Amino acid sequence: MNTVVAQLQRQFQDYLVSLYQQGFLDNQFTELRKLQDEGTPDFVAEVVSLFFDDCSKLINTMSRSLERPENVDFKQVDSGVHQLKGSSSSVGARRVKNVCISFKECCDVQNREGCLRCLQQVDYEYKMLKTKLQDLFNLEQRILQAGGMIPQVNIS
Amino acid sequence: MAVGDLSSSPSSSSPELHVLAVDDSFVDRKVIERLLRISACKVTTVESGTRALQYLGLDGDKGSSAPKVLFLSSRPLCFLDLKVNLIVTDYSMPGLTGYELLKKIKESSALREIPVVIMSSENIQPRIEECMTEGAEDFLLKPVKLADVKRLKELIMKSGLAEEEDNKAKHSCPNRILQNNTASSSSSHDVSSLDDVTPSSKRMKLESRAHD
Repeated sequence: MNTVVAQLQRQFQDYLVSLYQQGFLDNQFTELRKLQDEGTPDFVAEVVSLFFDDCSKLINTMSRSLERPENVDFKQVDSGVHQLKGSSSSVGARRVKNVCISFKECCDVQNREGCLRCLQQVDYEYKMLKTKLQDLFNLEQRILQAGGMIPQVNIS
Repeated sequence: MAVGDLSSSPSSSSPELHVLAVDDSFVDRKVIERLLRISACKVTTVESGTRALQYLGLDGDKGSSAPKVLFLSSRPLCFLDLKVNLIVTDYSMPGLTGYELLKKIKESSALREIPVVIMSSENIQPRIEECMTEGAEDFLLKPVKLADVKRLKELIMKSGLAEEEDNKAKHSCPNRILQNNTASSSSSHDVSSLDDVTPSSKRMKLESRAHD
């Protein structure tokens, strides 16, 4: 039993570190984890869930704004990108945030093609992160169910 | 709830800061709320500058906040000061920006003493200067971290506590005990979901019924 917990904790730690190393997450995710405790074990999961809902909504809105080449509402797109950049930054979703930076640049010069590419990329990145974090939270659950505690992980 | 019960209720030895957090992003509201609660603050979150003003009692053209009257069995119990000790607001919001909200607060005789902190994801020097000139207490760069909130709280407590001591010396205030125990039994609430035109005084009546 002890070794099962230790194994799971090890797995969790390695997985989390890899997410940082591969650039999916940045320091702000670490900050979020600090805000979670035994009293609020689902805090991080809840916040990222809100974030993914945000992504989905904003991507839909921006997609509609970009739909017709003769009638693109770049102000609307810019507003969406700004919001997406903000919330991705708040949860530590590094790759999503970085796409938003390029996305904003395309918006600024009213490059519809560029915007469409960024939109596709942002969609891909948030869905990828969603899957990765789901795996992470599942590991957390397995640790707790095995009677263990979620390890504090130091990201240097 | 008899008045007698209230006077025997323990009041906390260190006063809790009541923070009003204003941000149009749902994600950011959730994060800032948690940051503040974990720093032992009471938190109220709203999603716009307009709502913030409503909550603070600056409804319509009124230049000062209306007194909030607490009713128990339709008999006025006392005047409750819905005291907000700190306002933390995002800069870029649709409608009223954080800067415009700051201005309105500083223009109000009733509210200008409340410290206002601006948060922004953009590190734009002229923007920062503009806010500080208008009377902002501090300017935080997003994403906000625990260390930022802790620092902020220390700053406000140091200046605010002196004021609290003065007030305690001036008059014994049963309404302060009432405020600490009744104003919110849960220490945070998001009033963004309330209907548009709920004036603050009505909200207080609703809240008091819930606590009877």
